[in-house]
Amino acid sequence: MSNEILQLESVSRTYGEGAMSVAALRSVSLTINAGEFVAVMGPSGSGKSSLLTLAGGLDKATSGEIFVEGTPLGGLSINALARLRRRAVGYVFQDFNLVPTLTAAENVALPRELDGIPARKARRQAKDALRLVGIEDLADRFMDQMSGGQQQRVAIARAIVGNRRLILADEPTGALDSATGDGILEVLRSRAEAGAAVVMVTHEARHAGWADRVVFLKDGRIVDEAASQQDPSVLLAGWAH
Amino acid sequence: MYTVVVRVRWGLSRRTRGLQMSIKHSLLALLAESPRYGYQLRGEFEERTGSTWPLNIGQVYTTLDRLERDALVEKEGDDGEGHVIYSITDAGRTEVMGWFAQPVAATNPPRNELAIKLALALTLADVNVSAVVQAQRTASMKLLQDYTRQRRAAATHAGTQLSGEPGTGNANDAAWLLVLDSLIFTTEAEVRWLDHCEGWMAKRAASAGTAAKPAQARATADTAVVK
Repeated sequence: MSNEILQLESVSRTYGEGAMSVAALRSVSLTINAGEFVAVMGPSGSGKSSLLTLAGGLDKATSGEIFVEGTPLGGLSINALARLRRRAVGYVFQDFNLVPTLTAAENVALPRELDGIPARKARRQAKDALRLVGIEDLADRFMDQMSGGQQQRVAIARAIVGNRRLILADEPTGALDSATGDGILEVLRSRAEAGAAVVMVTHEARHAGWADRVVFLKDGRIVDEAASQQDPSVLLAGWAH
Repeated sequence: MYTVVVRVRWGLSRRTRGLQMSIKHSLLALLAESPRYGYQLRGEFEERTGSTWPLNIGQVYTTLDRLERDALVEKEGDDGEGHVIYSITDAGRTEVMGWFAQPVAATNPPRNELAIKLALALTLADVNVSAVVQAQRTASMKLLQDYTRQRRAAATHAGTQLSGEPGTGNANDAAWLLVLDSLIFTTEAEVRWLDHCEGWMAKRAASAGTAAKPAQARATADTAVVK
């Protein structure tokens, strides 16, 4: 299986036409590998959300090409694109977007059942996903019986169920307090370490600090990148005494 | 192992230089716990603060001399191996309890090289302020990533759970986590301030008319430059 989960090649997205057109993204190229946690930062209107929408196949690029697990999205029919999204891409939103009348396990199993997986198997996969985000024991709870942090874990479980390897998160900690938000970042981090590619849009520098790479967008262009030192020897520096 | 400590210290030096570190009160606090000699005091201080602000032994002994002169500590003889043991006096205990009770005074803001640099950059015609802001933001972000990595490793070491619940490990582990948090929040504040500066410059450039003064024209040029 390819190591490159998401590739953007000179991707531009322009809304409107002629003199009234607005360029949301201008020739953005970016490769995100399996096991990488990448944060995207930038001021309002810099193109952060457009990048996420395009990466997830929810919108089409005006020019350039986007590959998800090696498949170019440009040539896909609407149905094929929807299938690819269900199979390969998981979304996590600021406000969770869970169905209140379903239990945690049912919420997580839903995309699998929509994909034609038998209910029993979908349920088993949902339980596995809930275990990976640390809330297996809350599988039968309804949303109003869960805290915000627990609901966001359900949303992450829904994003990864069925072994999807591209997680696109839009301000996933925005509605949570600081300590609960850290718990969510820890879950995203552990998913990346287990082999997923995580792309997180955030305006919080402290949250971006959890990522392996931080991409700065401005006026639709990537203006810089910050990559953490991968040297593991720095990790326990505080314990060197 | 040692080179790692040096690297971390180097990373911190810019921020910690010029800080009015209260070595005096830190030593008194450690002596309030039990009598100790100079090297022990240095070791305890560094262990409890994760070696973030290294002390040299000369500073420790100079400070102990002053504390003795002020009757806040006294010599208790030696430990048989030539180490002079110091213990705290009643006046010393009162002093250190007063230190914990008082908020840290911040009447004189520490000199902030970055704020000075940006203030000057904004007033000079030949400096690309946006580039200065972005270069600093990238550097600060890297530092933030490194602190966050260390924080995660330290939390694992201290037994913190996946849920973010504090572990029940020893107090020194918890102290190091809090020092790391302080560094993380300070660095975050710097990045937020840089974001704020950039937003402010963009607005200023947008509101500058076509008959802009030279300074405004330059700000417009700056914000138009990407990369």
